[in-house]
Amino acid sequence: MPDGLHLTLQQQTPIPLEARLHCAPGEVLALVGPSGSGKTTLLRSIAGLHPHGQGRIECNGVVWYDSATRLCVPTRQRRVGMVFQQFALFPHLSARDNVAAAMLDLPVEERQQRAQRWLARMHLLGLENRLPRQLSGGQQQRVAVARALAREPQILLLDEPFSAVDRATREALYYELAELREELRMPVILVTHDLDEATLLADRMCMLDHGRILQTATPDELLRAPASAAVARMLGMRNLFAGTLLGHEQECSVVRWQGQTLRIARQAHMAPGEEVMWAVPGTGVMLLNSHATSLQPLENQVTVKVTRILALGEQLRVMLQCGSDTLTMSVPRHVAQRHALSEGQTLQVRLRGELIHLMPATHAQG
Amino acid sequence: MDWTALLLSLELSLWTMLILLPIGIWSGRRLAWTPVRGKSLLEALVALPLVLPPTVLGFYLLVAMGAGSPFGRAWEALFGQQLTFSFAGLLIASVIFNLPFAIQPMQRAFEAIAPEVREAGRCCGMSPWQILLRIELPLAWPGILSALVLTFAHTLGEFGVVLMVGGSIPGETRTIAISIYDRVQAFDNQAAGLMSAVLLGISLAAISLSYLATARLQTRQSHA
Repeated sequence: MPDGLHLTLQQQTPIPLEARLHCAPGEVLALVGPSGSGKTTLLRSIAGLHPHGQGRIECNGVVWYDSATRLCVPTRQRRVGMVFQQFALFPHLSARDNVAAAMLDLPVEERQQRAQRWLARMHLLGLENRLPRQLSGGQQQRVAVARALAREPQILLLDEPFSAVDRATREALYYELAELREELRMPVILVTHDLDEATLLADRMCMLDHGRILQTATPDELLRAPASAAVARMLGMRNLFAGTLLGHEQECSVVRWQGQTLRIARQAHMAPGEEVMWAVPGTGVMLLNSHATSLQPLENQVTVKVTRILALGEQLRVMLQCGSDTLTMSVPRHVAQRHALSEGQTLQVRLRGELIHLMPATHAQG
Repeated sequence: MDWTALLLSLELSLWTMLILLPIGIWSGRRLAWTPVRGKSLLEALVALPLVLPPTVLGFYLLVAMGAGSPFGRAWEALFGQQLTFSFAGLLIASVIFNLPFAIQPMQRAFEAIAPEVREAGRCCGMSPWQILLRIELPLAWPGILSALVLTFAHTLGEFGVVLMVGGSIPGETRTIAISIYDRVQAFDNQAAGLMSAVLLGISLAAISLSYLATARLQTRQSHA
């Protein structure tokens, strides 16, 4: 019974790495992190292209690497389908021959027929005889995907596969990959530094920094409850602040921040009196209507001063000063106009306590 | 026209080329991709024949292969004839002084292949031999061809080293370059002129082929 990829790796050189992950068949797991976080190293380790440290890699019940028994299956026997960042097509071979090159164990006729079928599947009919340099970036990427899948791999590894194509092509390729994954019954590991890409394509995201996995969760879980301030920062959460947890009530927890008391969703795993970090997504900060009736139980009224308004298309990003911290709020342009928002203005906002998430302060300043 | 000398030169060039083909591919790949300790020193050693006067190189080879040297004695014991002033000795010398002409263009050609392309071959399930034959050699062939042509042309025209190691024994070590020198010494300018023209023609054709191959490699690199 195939159960996907199980990986445990630990190494100090050349790049420190400490990782444990699982990717089920049919699941897309995104490895997300800044440059040098070890995500590509991890992917290359799975393929056997990178010297391993201590640990074990098992795919669908077959052990590919085990430092304890000194077992290391060479790359060519691992049955991995890999799409490289710059595609790494064979420049002297046509699109069809590039795909056929992944099936050298088959007779020539069958190889060519299968390659043709894969090219058709990837919408590349009519381009079979072109060399890679005669194809656009998007077409090259499709040939690379076809070549990776033609081998009928046990796992599909994608190393920043969308970074070498323009934005419009990328959007189209997202949909193709999303379609394709419906049919694939294999684990798919996607390396990316683009959060939007990961959120769009991945079932789960694995946040990496300095070779360590900080958190693995679904995109929703990550955005709702990042495990640490470091993860929240990697996710681009701007509203991340230090406070003190005063205590827990029956329905909520109470946090002291900038001299104000915030009532937030009950998070009893944190101890009262503890210094904490708290985060709220942009949607958790709202303008308070002057004629609003009353606040909901978990809504917190805060007085702020507008310090800056940035226009980002139809949305405005509004910076709000509260004590020594700056809240960021995103409002549609017409709402801003209705409220006559201007820099220097003092106003009331609501912080939606049910969206506020608490994190330990350990890595707060990291 | 000294046809024997011309044939001997062509034979020497062909053998040198054939022997240096696998040596060049092996060393070129290693120098291009494998982290080798003391790589700069190795590269300098390979390039040495480019800057060393041929007579100096010839002198050291003569000493190293002579009957007084361990190598020369071992050769004589094995094959029953001395190495210096023989075709075999000439061939060994020729291989050594042609090392930079064979290795350097091949090294550059292998360096031009992106590491990911070879890795993609591994991910496609190819064995090291399949990667060599299906990916590396087709991509590096202009460089390899260029190396072979340079080696061929250079051997054909080499004078100093050949004279030092082989002397001028007709049918054994007298190459066309030495024959031209002999003809000039004997005031036979017509024969010297004819042989020079033949050598010029062959060298020009060879070097043109080499440049053509290099241009093709550069075009490929700019599109890769």
